[in-house]
Amino acid sequence: MMENLDSLVDAALAEVAGAADARALDEVRVRYLGKKGEISALLKSLGGLSAEDRPKAGALINEGKQRVQAALDERREALEQAALDQQLSAETLDVTLPGRGEPPGALHPVTRMRRRMEDFFLRLGFDIAEGPEVEDDFHNFEALNIPAHHPARAMHDTFYFGDGRLLRTHTSPVQVRVMQKGQPPFRIIAPGRVYRCDSDLTHTPMFHQVEGLLVDENITFADLKGTVAAFLQYIFEVDDLPVRFRPSYFPFTEPSAEVDVGCVHCGGEGCRVCSHSGWIEIMGCGMVHPRVLEHGGVDPSRYSGFAFGMGIERLTMLRYGVNDLRLFFENDARFLSQFA
Amino acid sequence: MRFNEAWLREWVNPAIDTDTLVHQLTMAGLEVDAVEPAAAPFTGVVVGEIKSCRPHPDADKLRLCEVSDGESLFPVVCGAPNAREGLKAPFAKVGAELPGDLKIKKAKLRGEPSEGMLCGGSELGLDDLIDGLLELPADAPVGTDIREYLALDDTVIEVDLTPNRADCLSLRGIAREVGVLNRAPLTEPAVEAVAASDETTFPVTVENSDGCPRYLGRVIRGIDPAATTPLWMVERLRRAGLHAIDPIVDVTNYVLLELGQPLHAFDLSKLSGGIVVRQARAGEQLLTLDDQTQELRDDTLVIADDNGPVAMAGIMGGRPTAVSDDTVDLFLECAFFNPLAIVGRARGYGLHTDSSHRYERGVDPALQQVAMERATALIVEIAGGRPGPVTEAGDAARAPQPADIALRAERVTALLGAALDHGEIVDILERLGMTVRETGDGEWTVRAPSWRFDMAIEEDLIEELARVRGYEHWPSRVPSGTPAGEPDGERRLPLRRLADTLRDRGYLEAITYSFVAPDLLAKVDPDHPPLALMNPISADLGVMRTNLFAGLLNAAGRNLNRQIDRLRLFETGLRFVPGADGLAQEPRVAGLLYGSARPAHWEGKPRRVDFYDLKGDVEALTALSDPAAFSFRPGQHPALHPGQCAELVRDGRVVGHLGKLHPRLARDLDLPADLYLFELALEPLRDGLLPHFEPVSDQPRVQRDLAFVVDAEVPAGDLVAAVRAACDARLRNVHIFDVYQGEHIQAGRKSLALTLTFQDPSRTLRDAQVNDLVEQVVSQLKQQFNATLRD
Repeated sequence: MMENLDSLVDAALAEVAGAADARALDEVRVRYLGKKGEISALLKSLGGLSAEDRPKAGALINEGKQRVQAALDERREALEQAALDQQLSAETLDVTLPGRGEPPGALHPVTRMRRRMEDFFLRLGFDIAEGPEVEDDFHNFEALNIPAHHPARAMHDTFYFGDGRLLRTHTSPVQVRVMQKGQPPFRIIAPGRVYRCDSDLTHTPMFHQVEGLLVDENITFADLKGTVAAFLQYIFEVDDLPVRFRPSYFPFTEPSAEVDVGCVHCGGEGCRVCSHSGWIEIMGCGMVHPRVLEHGGVDPSRYSGFAFGMGIERLTMLRYGVNDLRLFFENDARFLSQFA
Repeated sequence: MRFNEAWLREWVNPAIDTDTLVHQLTMAGLEVDAVEPAAAPFTGVVVGEIKSCRPHPDADKLRLCEVSDGESLFPVVCGAPNAREGLKAPFAKVGAELPGDLKIKKAKLRGEPSEGMLCGGSELGLDDLIDGLLELPADAPVGTDIREYLALDDTVIEVDLTPNRADCLSLRGIAREVGVLNRAPLTEPAVEAVAASDETTFPVTVENSDGCPRYLGRVIRGIDPAATTPLWMVERLRRAGLHAIDPIVDVTNYVLLELGQPLHAFDLSKLSGGIVVRQARAGEQLLTLDDQTQELRDDTLVIADDNGPVAMAGIMGGRPTAVSDDTVDLFLECAFFNPLAIVGRARGYGLHTDSSHRYERGVDPALQQVAMERATALIVEIAGGRPGPVTEAGDAARAPQPADIALRAERVTALLGAALDHGEIVDILERLGMTVRETGDGEWTVRAPSWRFDMAIEEDLIEELARVRGYEHWPSRVPSGTPAGEPDGERRLPLRRLADTLRDRGYLEAITYSFVAPDLLAKVDPDHPPLALMNPISADLGVMRTNLFAGLLNAAGRNLNRQIDRLRLFETGLRFVPGADGLAQEPRVAGLLYGSARPAHWEGKPRRVDFYDLKGDVEALTALSDPAAFSFRPGQHPALHPGQCAELVRDGRVVGHLGKLHPRLARDLDLPADLYLFELALEPLRDGLLPHFEPVSDQPRVQRDLAFVVDAEVPAGDLVAAVRAACDARLRNVHIFDVYQGEHIQAGRKSLALTLTFQDPSRTLRDAQVNDLVEQVVSQLKQQFNATLRD
């Protein structure tokens, strides 16, 4: 009987090894280990042995059973692995092929820069204000202390409609409108389109400005200097960016200043971008002229303020290295898509 | 304002180098635009003297000269017509290097040796006064390096002046400023009254003494018409950017540069009667010095004689009465015109002169006497002549008078953010020429000098204090304080969100001009006559856009020309629509798309975009705020295909259009037929909802698919709305899963297949209940649209 066991186990192991798939393997299991299986049948024949021999024979049979079972398990696992491997191999894709869907477009670089500028001033508690682009003479000039004989009012610069209306030449009229509508303190920036009757390599008849206005008690030239310097350092992400204030003239501010930054292209060494001066003119600013405060209904003996204005295109060109102003308004997809 | 540094240093000479001087000017608000050498670099040129001169044996126009450099004689072949014995002229010796990379070598010209070159002005980078050699004065020391003799190692500085600093439109003004900044004394050239040596006067009447408060006139008789302008003056004029013309005009230009006072010289023999300063009469004409005939307007102040206008006051003189080669007797004008009488007039005639530039901004009203004497002295020195007495007309009291301005130290601190020592306040103001009178502790009354007519209020003075002390010396801080305005409510959609959505759907943001071509705009929006610019840059930027289509279509055209065959563009901005209530300036968002619906892909060629791609993009925008508040319905727009145009409606109001470009427009504009456009009002898109929680139900949902056959014209949207109306809240969703026309469907009819999803939030729906609901739908659609269920 024990010889029989050995040959049965050997046969079973051979069949397990030869089983080609899960079904064949199961048939092997049933044939040897099933309830009516051949190895199981040996257990039933133990009754014919002496009580003395029975445990030993039982142990041997069980051992044989376990060997077959272990072989079955191992084979099953191997078969499953092989099947999975085959599936995975069959399902393998070329992951280098492009994905599906619409890639994102892009914001206009002027918008990109405008948002960055807005974000700085929003953090300082400024609101974003808007005003009409078709303006009247009062808000664009008169209220900003630009009297009728000021050179900036000449036909040369301003688009007129012939009925007293004009296209705003700067975003400064928003200052006046904001002050007329509310009560101090005021903290606003006004980004938007402005228009000048001028078109050549470095001028387009429409461009963008951001105007800023802060009116409160105890506002001084120091606040203006600090705000502008912090802003420019933020924009160009240069902590020790050289910033200088030069006396200048705007009818609506006094004192007035032009602001230069150390050339961000050459680091102040002198290059084509900064006309070899090491400095780049960025913006105009100053303390709000008392007459402008009065036009806005603000008492200049109690309140003071500063204002600034700058071209967005100029900052955009410096920041992203755009070398031709006119590109901004040609709307060429090959240009626009570079600012995603 | 251009000037040469050496001249400046004759007036004021602080111990600083050129770079420091230039930096100082810039930081004082006189922005230096250019710093250039007074002459191009060259070497080896000396004062030469022609010792002998004879014709070239083999060439008519050449001469053989013997030129001395003070030590030796050199044979030089010269073609200049003015080469003559005894003439002193620049002599470039062998080995000299001249501007333009010209090296002087020994040569033979038509067989004759030539060792060096005699030079004209232009060969040294200077002006050619005459055709030929630059004639040096007889006392020029032969052999001296010409750079040294003409002081060419000098710097020309160009200052870009702001309109308020008219006082610096002269060398004197710049020198004063440099003196103030460096505490350096000013050496003004002595100007003494020139005694009259002739009694002749010419009568002057000022009719408009508001426009002309002071008019000085002087006759100078018997000048030498052959006189020439001395080289030193020619050089100063050249370095300032002016060409020498004749001694009289050169002197007036020189005094203009030196003192800032424009003058004009008339040929006395060509004036008749007397001078009258008056307004022009409409229709009067004047041939001006630039040889243009100007039709004068009556807003223009003129100088007239008995025959009519002879000059546009403060702008330009007339040709017929101008000095010329044979002028012997002069009438010299030196006047103060009020800026308001001059400003804008020159530009109105298309003119801009050194004179108008100064008068518009303001000339020192106390300067005329000095300038008259200075010009007279120079004329007499150069051209001789017998000056008459100076006559004055006008009403000088009408000239601007300096104001007394109150200044408080406490305001200085309040505006600048730091206190300035009282002594320093007074010191700075006095250095600027102001008269300062103390009226209390830290309080003064200040009177500006006649040339600082830009000083009117306290802030003007404070700016001067800040400026002279230097802006860099004032403190800097980031202001504290609290935000002033109201933050946006949560329901208000930020503009950025809309732009970002389009960007993320593949759109590029365009920015197009707000003014467009009138003919193009008329094609896309014939119903709204646009606002026209009076002075457009060009005709095709002539009118304000009444919608955003024109700009986007232009941009599409340009991109198509550059082989961009797939494009999505959007723009936000104002449109300008004139109406009965005035001009509406409304913020809009517009978009354009053409090309394939998807980017090119390896799976195959994507289909072209169609209306539903367009609509999907618009729905992506409406979905951001309150999608249920919007509806689409068939619409009409002149730029859009009548069968593929929808209007977007919110609260019963049309808030935008979307559709396919009208095929006629596509043909006219040479654009692809399958180009789609939308334009929407921005405000309704920004009016959003606050989310409101609704309990989530776990009750089972029941779906029923139903296909209805209706007339082809029935809008699916109406059908869906009717389905909703026929049910109650248990209908959770209606979804169109198929639209079909063709085989098995009667011609003129279509099949719309819907999935209806039902759910009762609190209990399980029974089949019978769902059947009832479906029955209601079927009967409602039957009644409303003659809809039948498809078999």
